[in-house]
Amino acid sequence: MKKLMNKVDDIVVESLAGLEAAHCDLVKLHPSIKAVLRADAPNCKVAVISGGGSGHEPLHGGFVGFGMLDAACPGEVFTSPTPDQMYEAAKAVQGGKGVLFIVKNYTGDVMNFQMAADMLAGEGIPVAQVVIDDDVAVQDSLYTAGRRGVGGTVLAEKIVGAMAELGASLDEVKAVCEKVNANVRTMGMALTSCAVPAAGKPTFDLPEDEMEIGIGIHGEPGRKRMKMMSAKEIVEMMAGAIVNDLPFSEGDEVVAFVNGMGGTPLIELYLLYNDLVKFLDAKKIRIARKLVGNYITSLEMQGFSITLLKLDSQLKALWDYPVHTPALRWGK
Amino acid sequence: MPMNVEQARKVFERVTEAIISHKEYLTELDSAIGDADHGINMSRGFTKAQEKIKAGAYTEVGGVFKDVAMTLMGSVGGASGPLYGTLFMRMSMKFGTKQEVDSADFVEAFEEGLKGILALGKAQLEDKTMVDALTPALEAMKAAASNGEDLPAVLEKGIASAEEGMKRTIPLVAKKGRASYLGERSAGHQDPGATSTFLILSAMLEGLRE
Repeated sequence: MKKLMNKVDDIVVESLAGLEAAHCDLVKLHPSIKAVLRADAPNCKVAVISGGGSGHEPLHGGFVGFGMLDAACPGEVFTSPTPDQMYEAAKAVQGGKGVLFIVKNYTGDVMNFQMAADMLAGEGIPVAQVVIDDDVAVQDSLYTAGRRGVGGTVLAEKIVGAMAELGASLDEVKAVCEKVNANVRTMGMALTSCAVPAAGKPTFDLPEDEMEIGIGIHGEPGRKRMKMMSAKEIVEMMAGAIVNDLPFSEGDEVVAFVNGMGGTPLIELYLLYNDLVKFLDAKKIRIARKLVGNYITSLEMQGFSITLLKLDSQLKALWDYPVHTPALRWGK
Repeated sequence: MPMNVEQARKVFERVTEAIISHKEYLTELDSAIGDADHGINMSRGFTKAQEKIKAGAYTEVGGVFKDVAMTLMGSVGGASGPLYGTLFMRMSMKFGTKQEVDSADFVEAFEEGLKGILALGKAQLEDKTMVDALTPALEAMKAAASNGEDLPAVLEKGIASAEEGMKRTIPLVAKKGRASYLGERSAGHQDPGATSTFLILSAMLEGLRE
């Protein structure tokens, strides 16, 4: 397995150092723990913090900056960060108005963020948490750890970050995050596996003529394996599952988000977006806002995900609010 | 034969070696039904814990367990960091200021540790997790300790039951953790968490016997 690296154990820290060097106007690293902090923190606003395993770049470090996250805590590749990271990051960026943790629903992430929240609460710092679980591929939530947090996390971080930037209270910021989570649905698929650098080989084998539908962002399998189909058929199957799940209905306005898993060229992502536009047009679901690109990836995995977020006037205004981070920027 | 501070140190030395030498094995088990990092994370955590306790000066057994717990929580990540961290932290709290712990102390502390894991992870028996090895291990150790057996004999019983529990995870369908997303496809694979539990207990006995 070929990887561009120096020492396998240093991948995360060296990549973080590069992120800081490339975007020193926006972010700085915490001096003692692994955390990406907004360069101008703390601000007099609710601090929005997220984190999770590395390997999903630009998530989360690439979303630190004006109008989005105040801090991001990266773990090792595909491994949740530890409580001391979230605790120290929160202390470094919070300005007295409280801290919101945006947590993707994975057993380890939830536990580690909970421990950090307990530590902060013990010091009298107000903390709230919202767990994002937008993956429609997980059907039997009762018999699993629940739906995973995937593409919807990016949209939540953008919208919640805007709400915090506008000076909303911790309760208000949390409520917007919950609203996004309640109205967002995602489904992913993969053509190839990713390879965790320290493991040195692909996480799973997928025959040349097959695809994994409903894949998570760690190469963990999803709903089912199927024979390859055309892009149009794949989009119809995935978007169909998403639309039926919320459900999204005729006349709804949505953010349509086509996300690459890391190894999919943009030529294919735009082709998929074209198929998604046709699908939603036929359903009379209006694409009010859109996002196409690699925003929540799974190392070098080939594949993509579709995320739809149902908008109301508040969410639309927050989506449009200026944002300036290494990986997402508009209006500023 | 009770366990003193030096033996506790030895115990974790052996545990660290066992985890490191089974790093690939644990990772392989995890790649079948999880995300291919269990061995890597556990090795990183126990290597750091080993460095920490090697350098530390202790007068109480609980001190060794506490440092191991804190290091695991701060370096493993994932679910296993907080879970194993909780096990050893609760054990250390139960040991209190004891300079030596006997089989009854150990079993009592282990029960507290398992309670902590259940509260944090919310897994039940047969969810295909480390609980499937920990629970039968505790039951067997409780029985042995109440018969007045010494710590090595008690651990031996616990290990045998942990091994059975670990093997019983093979046909199970996972209901907690990342393997749960596989549904039926998780059946037919041994749970990595139950496996690391078995390895840890086995290595503890080795260290104790030295």
